[in-house]
Amino acid sequence: MLSTSPAFKENARKAINDAGLQKALARTKPQFHGKRAKAVAGLPEFERLRDIGRDIKNHTLAHLDFYLETWAANVERAGGQVHWCASADDARAAVLGICERVGARTVTKGKSMISEELGINEHLEQHGITPVETDLGEYILQLRHEPPSHIIGPAFHLNREDWEESFRRAHTDLPADRVFHERRDILTEARAKLRARFLAADVGITGANFLIAETGSSVIVTNEGNGDLTQTLPRVHIVLASLEKMVPTLEDATNMLRLLARSATGQDFSVYTTFSTGVRREGDLDGPEEYHVVLLDNGRSAMLGTEFQDMLRCIRCAACMNHCPVYNVVGGHAYGSVYPGPMGAVLTPTLIGVDQAGNLPNASTFCGRCESVCPVKIPLPKMMRHWREREFERHLTPATVRTNLALWGFVARRPGLYRLVTRIGAGALGWLGRRRGRLSRLPFAGGWTAGRDLPAPEGDTFFARYAREQRGKGGRA
Amino acid sequence: MLQASPRVALFVTCLVDLHRPTVGFAAIRLLEQAGCQVEVPRAQTCCGQPAYNSGDRDTARDLALGILEAFGGYDYIVVPSGSCGGMLRHHLPTLFEDDPNLRARAEALAARTYELVSFLTDVMGLERVAGAASGTVTYHDSCSGLRELGIKAQPRRLLEALGVTVKEMADPDVCCGFGGTFCVKYPEISTRMVSDKSADIAATGAETVLAGDLGCLLNIAGRLKREGSAVKVRHVAEVLAGMTGAVPPIGEAG
Ligand code: SF4
Repeated sequence: MLSTSPAFKENARKAINDAGLQKALARTKPQFHGKRAKAVAGLPEFERLRDIGRDIKNHTLAHLDFYLETWAANVERAGGQVHWCASADDARAAVLGICERVGARTVTKGKSMISEELGINEHLEQHGITPVETDLGEYILQLRHEPPSHIIGPAFHLNREDWEESFRRAHTDLPADRVFHERRDILTEARAKLRARFLAADVGITGANFLIAETGSSVIVTNEGNGDLTQTLPRVHIVLASLEKMVPTLEDATNMLRLLARSATGQDFSVYTTFSTGVRREGDLDGPEEYHVVLLDNGRSAMLGTEFQDMLRCIRCAACMNHCPVYNVVGGHAYGSVYPGPMGAVLTPTLIGVDQAGNLPNASTFCGRCESVCPVKIPLPKMMRHWREREFERHLTPATVRTNLALWGFVARRPGLYRLVTRIGAGALGWLGRRRGRLSRLPFAGGWTAGRDLPAPEGDTFFARYAREQRGKGGRA
Repeated sequence: MLQASPRVALFVTCLVDLHRPTVGFAAIRLLEQAGCQVEVPRAQTCCGQPAYNSGDRDTARDLALGILEAFGGYDYIVVPSGSCGGMLRHHLPTLFEDDPNLRARAEALAARTYELVSFLTDVMGLERVAGAASGTVTYHDSCSGLRELGIKAQPRRLLEALGVTVKEMADPDVCCGFGGTFCVKYPEISTRMVSDKSADIAATGAETVLAGDLGCLLNIAGRLKREGSAVKVRHVAEVLAGMTGAVPPIGEAG
């Protein structure tokens, strides 16, 4: 996906004025907030579980090499193959290599953010292989040639009208005047369309929510069951996973799953949770003949041991973006990269560089709501601040901001001078706003006054008044 | 151990100093009524958040050093802001990671720092403050106060004990869009956020909106007044200290 992160401000402006998008975003609260809150309230040990989740991930990251080796050995023992890929290029080549070797013409795909990170669909198409998205949200995005706007609800930015319109346009073999009475009808039509594709696919590609070291398994959770068909029907199953998906044991995975569903959709458990271990064994009723894991690094191992390591705990539940007041206003596409919202604001600069994605960690009020709902307690605001520090160190912060900061810092370090400057400032502003108690316009303050008035100060500073009062009392000022 | 009459240093905050001194005097009154000896160290300016949150750790650290100097010898440091309170309590020590000595000093200072309202209730054990008030208010939970310092029930309790009716917003805990420099760096997003907030406030039908942070209040008042709303905006300390007569609501003329 081509990043438009540098244009975040412009993207955001457009998003705010996009009525359809705003209508779709208004669903965030009913669809996610209440459900999560209820699910959390229904599990008294949820807070403790968050600590457990954080600790499991921290432990795994601290011994990642060990668990990766154990996991890889177990994958191979079960007849699978691991493809270690340092970069997105490596991973694309690995996937294409497998597909070409088995002569694949169609590839079905379950939902996978790594797939987006790799831009695998475009890559396969360029080489004459047809990828077919089987997740309902991804399916419509493929029809519309749009990237996802949300990490668990990829088509969250669309309204029902958009769905109907796209289906009518794409499924021209069906009667044009058919009526979609309810959401179900859309689902049914998509299912009918996909059924034949499932059976024709030579390769099935899925993501992985977790990799389990002790068994060599990969785990996916879905609510549509499309992932199961994607990975069991074709002869070859490719799992796209990044290395931080690792957990040590099945028991750890269970704990993480309890956190994931509640944080993501407010379910106690997702409808389908599927563990895949290696290839079909003798006597197995189904399963692939080949099982590959394309294991992507793409900058992640470089985060180990840095101030960004905690970000690798992320289990992609989307709670942070669902609860982010900025995401809720601008939607996912404005971020201009694969991962939106607070987690994306931390992750994207590692993927495309903070010089490209600098707006993302800056476009936060540090309200902390993301951190307060994150199931693995990632200190997201702190990490965004770390990106701002890197920007500042590398002189990427805009010159005007630096100059203002330097000036302000110079004065604020000198309380005496500060008293003088603030007295003048407060006095002037207070005088300007004395009649109405506020200002509607002010030079150099357009950012503030475009959408709101500037309340006028009382006029005197606290310290000036306090000094006067102390003198009046005969005290020392 | 709580001393009978603790020595409290007031951290005025730059916004209160510059914009609304009455909040500082309200804080002094409330603290004195609670039995504290209040002092206002003169060598204070700002908690350093504008620098800290812009990635300029050096400036933030310099200011933090000044704070360590000015606020060293007190039993408590009290701040009429959840945001600056959170800065002193949670972030100041992180600026001295390379210096165990200073770090220890910063941690000791952090442990003695409280936001005003929660100090009155949680440290001084106040169930109510002097005076009486009436009317309906709605309370905006400023983000740092709520999520860094756990301030939620305390101001509501004190307000209700005064006789005020608190009408809750649908989302009192959602950010108003101020965010320090955020509001001028991303004005469209910030304006949209504060518009949602003002709609939520209006829907309560309350006469007044209160909060414990002047940054949020300036933002909220700025939007409400731009929309022509009659809802009054005040810092919670003004109401608790019975000083609403001393100054018109934020953004209104006397
Ligand atoms: S950062 Fe936390 S809340 Fe956000 S997606 Fe990752 S795990 Fe979920």
